[in-house]
Amino acid sequence: MANLELLFSIAPVLNIQLVLSGLFVGAIFALAAYGLALVWGVMNVKNLAQGELVIMGGYIAWWLSIDVPVWIGIPAMDFRLFWIDFLPISVPAVAFLEFMKPAIHPILGLPVAMVVMFGFGWVIFKLIICRVIDKDLFTSLLATFGLALVIQQLLNLAFGPEVQIAESGFAIRSFFGGMVTVADIKFICLVLAGILAVVVVTFMKYSRMGQAIRATAQDPRAARVMGIDTERVYAFTFSLNAAICGAAGALISMVWVIQPFYGMAHSIRAFVIVTAAGLGNLPGVIIAGLGLGVAEFYSGFILGAVLQQFTVVGLLVLVLGVRQIQQSRHRQPVR
Amino acid sequence: MTMWHRMIPKLVLGIAAIALVAAAPAGAKVEGDTIIIGSAISFSGKYSTNGIHASNGYNLGVKRINEMGGVTVGGKQYKLEIKYYDDESTPLRTAQLFERLIKQDKIKFLLGPYSSATTKAAAKITEKYKIPMVEAEGASRSLFTQGYKYLFAVLSTSEQYLASSIALAAEIAKKNGRDPSDVKVAMAFENDPFSLDVRAGVIDDINKFNMKIVVDDKLPRDLSDMSATLIKVKALNPDLLLISGHSKGAATAARQIKELQIDVPLIAVTHCEAAKIVDKFGASTNDFLCPTQWAETLSYTGKYFGSAADFDKLFKAEYEGYKNVPYQAAQATAAVLVWKEAFERANSFDTEKLRDSLAETNMQTFYGNIKFDQTGKNIAKPMVLRQIQDGKFNVVAPTKWASHPVNWPRKAQ
Repeated sequence: MANLELLFSIAPVLNIQLVLSGLFVGAIFALAAYGLALVWGVMNVKNLAQGELVIMGGYIAWWLSIDVPVWIGIPAMDFRLFWIDFLPISVPAVAFLEFMKPAIHPILGLPVAMVVMFGFGWVIFKLIICRVIDKDLFTSLLATFGLALVIQQLLNLAFGPEVQIAESGFAIRSFFGGMVTVADIKFICLVLAGILAVVVVTFMKYSRMGQAIRATAQDPRAARVMGIDTERVYAFTFSLNAAICGAAGALISMVWVIQPFYGMAHSIRAFVIVTAAGLGNLPGVIIAGLGLGVAEFYSGFILGAVLQQFTVVGLLVLVLGVRQIQQSRHRQPVR
Repeated sequence: MTMWHRMIPKLVLGIAAIALVAAAPAGAKVEGDTIIIGSAISFSGKYSTNGIHASNGYNLGVKRINEMGGVTVGGKQYKLEIKYYDDESTPLRTAQLFERLIKQDKIKFLLGPYSSATTKAAAKITEKYKIPMVEAEGASRSLFTQGYKYLFAVLSTSEQYLASSIALAAEIAKKNGRDPSDVKVAMAFENDPFSLDVRAGVIDDINKFNMKIVVDDKLPRDLSDMSATLIKVKALNPDLLLISGHSKGAATAARQIKELQIDVPLIAVTHCEAAKIVDKFGASTNDFLCPTQWAETLSYTGKYFGSAADFDKLFKAEYEGYKNVPYQAAQATAAVLVWKEAFERANSFDTEKLRDSLAETNMQTFYGNIKFDQTGKNIAKPMVLRQIQDGKFNVVAPTKWASHPVNWPRKAQ
C-alpha cells in the first residue's frame, strides 16, 4: 500500500502522468480494436491476425524511415551498381539507393502504410477471407490464425528477428518541475487516433459505402435484395480494417517497439476492448480503449507490472459478468 | 504373397544400408592424426545469427591450434576437426543430434550448442552417456544446479550479469561518504527464466550490502510499455536502476527513460548492444551501464591468441563483415582452447580421464581466466560492465579491468 500513499499523498501530481500515459496507450489500442469491431460486426469474422496487420503497418513506416544503404550495410560511396557502368554517367550506389528510396519521416509513412495495408487487405480478402465468411466460427479462427503465422514468418524473413523502432525525433515537454513529461509524438498519436476515429465514424454514417456496410451488417440477405454488392462491401470492410491497423502500427513503431512476433499482444488487446465495449458500438470501443489504458497504468503503478495485464483481463471478466446479470433480468421465458 | 516377395529385396537393402551407416563411423573420435570434436549448433532458425558467430569462433580456435602444431597426446601430434550439425534453434533437435553424435558418429568430445535452452537439452544427453562437453553459449543458472558432472562452461553465468553493478554502486556510495546500506535500488525484470536468473544474482548481492529495494517489478513477456514502472522509479528516486528484458526490454527502456526523463544516477541495462540503443537513441543513452562477457579492450592475454585486442584483429581479418567481434565468438574460441589443454593434460582419449582433466582446467586466455568449480561453471572470469560514454562502450567495472573511470552521476538528457 506504500504505492497508494505515494500516489495520493506524497506525489499526487503523478496521477496526471498516469492518466496521460494511459490515454496515450489506450488511444492506439482503441484504433486496432476499432478495425476488429468493424470486421467482427459486419462479417462475423474474428480476425486473429489483427495484431500481425498492426505489426506489418509498423514495419512499413519503419522501413520507409530508414536509410536503406545503412540498413543493408553497403560501404559508403565506393560501390557502384554494375549496370550503371554501361551508362555514360556514374552514380554511387548509396546515392542511387537514397534517390530510389529516400528516408521518409515515419509520420509521413503513416498514410503510406494505410494505403499499402488497404491493398494488402484487399488481396488477403480475395485469397482467404471471402472463403471463410459463411463458414462456421472455427474455420475463420483457424484461417486467420494461419494467416497470422504466415505474416510473422514473412516479416521475420524480410526484416530479421531484431527489435526495431522508428524515431520521430520530436521534443519531450516537461511540466510540474519534470514530474510530468509528455513526448510530443505520443500527443500527436492521440490526436491522430482521434482524427482517424472521427473520419471513420463520419464515413460510416454519411457515405454511400458506409451506409452499405451498415446495411450489410444488419442483414446481408436484405442488403443483397436491395441491390448492395455485399461481396464488395465485405472486401472494402476488411481492407479498411487493414488500413486502420496499418495506421495503428505506424504509430506503435514510433512509441514502442516492433518485432515480427509481437502481434499477438495487440490481437489480444483488441479482442478484450471489443468484447468489453460490445459489438457494433464504435464510440464504446474508443471509451473502452481509453479506459482500459488508464486502468492498466494505475494497476501497474499500484499492484506492480506483473498484474498490469491481469487487470485488463480481470476487468473484462467483470464487465461480462455484470452484463450477463443485466441481460438476465430482461430475458423472458417464451410462453 | 507377391507383395512380400517384392518387398524383400528392399528390406534387405534397407537393413544393409542401416548397418553400413552404423558401422562406418565406428571409432571416429580419433581418425588417423585427427581428433574429431562434435557439435550441433543453430545455423538456421531464431538463434542463427549468434549460432554462426559461435561456429566462427570454434573454427578460428581449431585453425589457430592446428597452425601452432595441433594437440600432443601420448607423444603424437593430432589435428583438431569439428563435425557440425544444424539444430535449427530447437532444443528437441539439439537432443537428437547430440545423441546421434555420440551413438552413431561415436564422437567422444563435444562442444556446446548456442543458447541456454539448447544447451540444457544437450546436457541431458551428455550426462546420460557420460561424454564431456565444453560449452560456451549457455549462461542459465539452472544448468549448474542439476549436479551435472560432464558439463563445463567457459562463460559467466546469468546471475552474474548485473551483479557487478551492485558492487559498483556500493563502491560509489563509499567514495561519497555514504553507507552502502543507504543505497536504494529499483529493478524491472522481464518475467522469463533468463531475466529472473539475472535478478536472483542481483538480489544476493543486494542482501550482502543490505541495500534497500524500492521497486521490484516483473514485466510480463508481452508488455509493450514499462512507463508505469518508470513513473514509480521517478517518484521514489533510487540510486540505481536495473533493467533486464532482452532486446525488447532494452529498446523500450531506452525510449521511455528518455521520454519520462528518468534521472537516476546509475542505470544498468542488459542487451544494450543487441538492441542497438546507441544508434537508435543517441545521446539519451549516455552513461548507461551494459554488462558483457568479453570486450576487445580488456587487458586479458593468453598464449594462443595474445591479447584480447590481437584476437579481435585476427578474427576480423579471418571473417569478413564484422565491425565488432561479438563475445559469442570469443567465448566459443575459448572453449576450443580448453579442450586442447585438457587433451594434453590427460594425455589420453579416455573420457573419464578427460573429464577429470577438464575439471582441473586453470588457464589464462585472451577471453579471461578459466577455472571451473564443482558444478562446471567458470568462476575465474567476471562479467564486465561497460558504460556508454559519448556513444562508445568503455569498460568501467570491475575496477581491475577498467579502462575508463565511471561517469557518475548520470545526467538525464
